[in-house]
Amino acid sequence: MTPPGADLPEHPDFLWRNPEPKRSYDVVIIGGGGHGLATAHYLAKNHGITNVAVLEKGWLAGGNMARNTTLIRSNYLWDESAAIYEHALKLWEGLEDDLGYPILFSQRGVLNLAHTEQDVRDSVRRVEANKLNGVDAEWLEPDDVAKICPILNVSEDIRYPVLGATYQPRAGIAKHDYVAWGFARRADEAGIDLIQDCEVLGFRTEGSQADGTARVTGVRTSRGDIACGQVALCAAGHTSTLLDELEVSTPLQSHPLQALVSELLEPVHPTIVMSNAVHVYVSQAHKGELVMGAGVDSYNGYGQRGAFHIIERQMAAAVELFPVFARAHLLRSWAGIVDTNPDASPIVGRTPYANVLVNAGWGTGGFKSTPGLGWCLAHTIATGELHPYIAPFSLDRFVTGALVDEHGAAGVAH
Amino acid sequence: MQLIDCPWCGPREEVEFHYGGQAHVDYPAKPAELTDEQWARFVFFRDNPKGPFAERWNHSVGCRRWFNAVRDTHTYQFLAVYKIGENRPEIPGART
Repeated sequence: MTPPGADLPEHPDFLWRNPEPKRSYDVVIIGGGGHGLATAHYLAKNHGITNVAVLEKGWLAGGNMARNTTLIRSNYLWDESAAIYEHALKLWEGLEDDLGYPILFSQRGVLNLAHTEQDVRDSVRRVEANKLNGVDAEWLEPDDVAKICPILNVSEDIRYPVLGATYQPRAGIAKHDYVAWGFARRADEAGIDLIQDCEVLGFRTEGSQADGTARVTGVRTSRGDIACGQVALCAAGHTSTLLDELEVSTPLQSHPLQALVSELLEPVHPTIVMSNAVHVYVSQAHKGELVMGAGVDSYNGYGQRGAFHIIERQMAAAVELFPVFARAHLLRSWAGIVDTNPDASPIVGRTPYANVLVNAGWGTGGFKSTPGLGWCLAHTIATGELHPYIAPFSLDRFVTGALVDEHGAAGVAH
Repeated sequence: MQLIDCPWCGPREEVEFHYGGQAHVDYPAKPAELTDEQWARFVFFRDNPKGPFAERWNHSVGCRRWFNAVRDTHTYQFLAVYKIGENRPEIPGART
């Protein structure tokens, strides 16, 4: 048998240029994570727009992109969410060829467990909604769940027995760092400037929000002022602090979301298992770590760490569902900062500034949406028209009441 | 886990508390006169600062009473706790 990790590619000898920022760009993307890099890639590839800077205050893809649990799925309940996540999943399926770079996309399927009669009804409903939207989905009884994931405890005598699960076979994981590097290399090859260690401190503006003439003429950064034609905010958990500088308020609330990994183990876990009710989700990384996540910490936070009692609760759930994990050692834990909204769906689209687009509030769905969002945001920047897949996620939905509400399909509480 | 200083009970472990979001969000004085925009602001829009933040906590498995706190959302340190109805203490750098 091939040892775990043997299929990991060698590190490339070339990553990307590290250019000095020019004084002006047609498009400035704030945030060099997955979403910012994907937007840059599709601006170049689909629209030929390359006078673009991606500004990153730290190092490329060192924020949430390096902190997520790498799950990719599109089994969302509502039409609006299914559309954008399924668009993303289709792009994931061809992304390795598109980027010319290995991303280790492994379609090993996801099981979303049901532990109560109401869970069962909600799950079956979601499966049918998925099918209507062309998303692959099945409802499985406990015996069939155990066939897909033999280490899962489906006995009836645990505190929250597994009554069944939804299954999306096309779901999977990808190597998050490689995804970022693949996007970064392609954007760099196209001539887009990826500028690290460049923090945005504020904005130069003209006009006023009151009469609809407000525009951003440039961004003030730790490496000098940069003039811009258009701006796209892709700063995830820190988007609120940028919008504060523009005096634009949103419902965004930033919370720590903790994740952790075990030591390296032989391959024992063939799929992805998520449980909303007992609140843990688990996959096994290519090298062999068990990768786990839980719910968000309840309080607002930017500290990239969380409280230990969340981990304790999550471990109790994991060991009950997977007795084989009881002797595994925890190797490290961390938190990403997830920006959340009251309807558990992102804010993407226009702002009171005519040339500023916002992309935030993905909560726990940011990584899986990466190529889909990048595609749609690039379209919007290039054409001036909101792509149909992001149009439902506009900020004004909180005023019109056209809320999306994806708590039902999200893997964790947020 | 950290200790949170309930104004009635004194320091207790974090697991005894429930988070209640931003403090000092007043119910509209004349709700019938609000526009949709103003209702949205009241219901959904909240501050999300990186730094000192005035917020509500409930000592849910202790005295079960609500109180307010100013907590730094970057360090998670509690800078002040105070009872409902009391004025927010002056904290340098606090936006809200």
